[in-house]
Amino acid sequence: MIWLTWRQFRGPALMMAGVLTVFGAALALTGPGLADDYAKGISGCAGHADGCARFLDRFLDSHQSAFLGVSGLLLLLPALIGLFWGAPLVARELETGTFRMAWTQSVRRTRWLAAKVALVGLAAMAAAGIGTLAVTWWASPLDKSAVDSYPRLEAIVFATRGIVPVGYAAFAFALGVTVGMLVRRALPAMALTLAVFALVQIAMPTFVRPQLAEPVTTTSAFSTRNIDGVGEGGLLHTQARVADPGAWILSSRTVDKDGRTVPLIDLPDADMARCDRAPSPGEAMQCVTDTANRLGYRQEATYHPASRYWPFQWAETGIYAALALGLTGFCFWWTKRRL
Amino acid sequence: MSTGLRDSVIRARGLGKKYRQRWALQDCDLDLPAGRVVGLVGPNGAGKSTLLNLAAGLLAPSAGSIEVCGGPSAADVAQLARVGFVAQDTPAYARLTVADHLALGRRLNPAWDDAAARERVARLGLDPKQRAGTLSGGQRAQLALTLALAKRPELLILDEPVAALDPLARREFMQLLMEAVAEHELSVVLSSHLVSDVERACDYLVVLVDSRVQVAGDLDELLATHHRLVGARRDPDRLPAHQQVISARHTDRQTTLLVRTEEPIHDPSWSVDGINLEDLVLAYMDRTAPAVRRPRLEVQR
Repeated sequence: MIWLTWRQFRGPALMMAGVLTVFGAALALTGPGLADDYAKGISGCAGHADGCARFLDRFLDSHQSAFLGVSGLLLLLPALIGLFWGAPLVARELETGTFRMAWTQSVRRTRWLAAKVALVGLAAMAAAGIGTLAVTWWASPLDKSAVDSYPRLEAIVFATRGIVPVGYAAFAFALGVTVGMLVRRALPAMALTLAVFALVQIAMPTFVRPQLAEPVTTTSAFSTRNIDGVGEGGLLHTQARVADPGAWILSSRTVDKDGRTVPLIDLPDADMARCDRAPSPGEAMQCVTDTANRLGYRQEATYHPASRYWPFQWAETGIYAALALGLTGFCFWWTKRRL
Repeated sequence: MSTGLRDSVIRARGLGKKYRQRWALQDCDLDLPAGRVVGLVGPNGAGKSTLLNLAAGLLAPSAGSIEVCGGPSAADVAQLARVGFVAQDTPAYARLTVADHLALGRRLNPAWDDAAARERVARLGLDPKQRAGTLSGGQRAQLALTLALAKRPELLILDEPVAALDPLARREFMQLLMEAVAEHELSVVLSSHLVSDVERACDYLVVLVDSRVQVAGDLDELLATHHRLVGARRDPDRLPAHQQVISARHTDRQTTLLVRTEEPIHDPSWSVDGINLEDLVLAYMDRTAPAVRRPRLEVQR
């Protein structure tokens, strides 16, 4: 049975191997250069007064499209696996009637399904594993410079590094097989698989991932780092910052001295005038910050610390693995009883 | 061979299959003898295909039971090995070559007869390297039959195997089937809506209409015991008890009956004729046709 599955799956498997090879080669060629530039830049900025912030921004900026492109490709991989490997796996046999040939050989139909699911499913997970390994390695200098703009716990970076892509691939594949089995036609099954998988991929970081652990809430005084700018008439635009670089900030608000939420900080004109007279922009910002603190404004933030990255990776992979196992179990039951 | 000739190769009791709300087969009782080539005939929608899929174990019954070669169909690997199946439209893996299909059969069947399969493919003139998707309908049917035969089943089930084939391919297919049946001790059940296929190949006939077996028996025996009686108009109820009326047609002056009887017909007022298979099958199909259906058909013409 494994032979038959391999014989059917050979084409798609070789194609995937080819795509991964090209992708891997591209990363292997550009990766060392990227790491080199990063190392040079870091050692170059070590002595500077403002630290490496400017270098890191520039470094990320100049590689941003590659950073997002590579991450995006890996984000797409599980969806494509569900679409092209999962959905047609059983649906095409049902559609063309070949299941009648397969099931009337001297082999139980559950073994037929087991061979299919095991071989193609493991290949799906392996492909995602290779993909994430390559991307995690390639992007590590960029990830280090992107702690603020793209925290590791959030959306695209979290979903395309570490071990979660393997869980995504397993789930997408199992989802495709299940939908194909129920819909019994390859093309509609592919469309439906894509739609459902996309919904799950949106729901996960929006509703589930923030709940994986109790978020931390801090109230902190202002510093020049979390005041974005000063507007007309002394309105301060603030930005949530927490002491933990790379933290995933879920929500933040500015509260006044009575604990009420305020949309913006409105500094009195007298204080603004005083700060305007500061000799340098840096000192002006310092003056504004001090004033805000003196008036009792505080920044409140709810976040997940960066240290939760691996626990979250394992938890989310576990959730997807459990979903994949559940769907696979359903497929076996359905094949035995209902198909 | 575990099934003796006396046993039924397929035995169904109260067999039914329901798809969502609709019964495709309902309350079907059937006993098919082993060692015969059984032709299963009936109009479209009679439940032939459902019955054969149930027998092959591809479907599970919604009601009743079906036993094949002495056991529940497709209950285990041994049971699967006993039954060969050629599905309607003879599906094959389009991307796989002819040789791949033979390899598939070899790997998935313990009793696989590789030499016979190769020899058959060679004789059919099929190129082993050719993909099944590029075969003609006739060639694909032959490939499916080759696969089912090389499995060395006790029972071979064919679900409308030649329905989609042209007359030449149809004859070649039936020829190969007949050779195989002659060569191996093999029970065959073959469904068709064409009487000519059955006439050529089968020695046992089952007419299935609306899930019910209308008539089942040895083909020659059936032909010998059915007669067409033509005579002056009269009431068919007044016939001798042993004469079972299958169909009756009356004009103003004449009555034409199709009767079944084991005994000779002595009444001199009838002119007695033998009937052919097609008459027989049509008479049984007609018998159950709802009265409303016939006028509507005529209107459509």
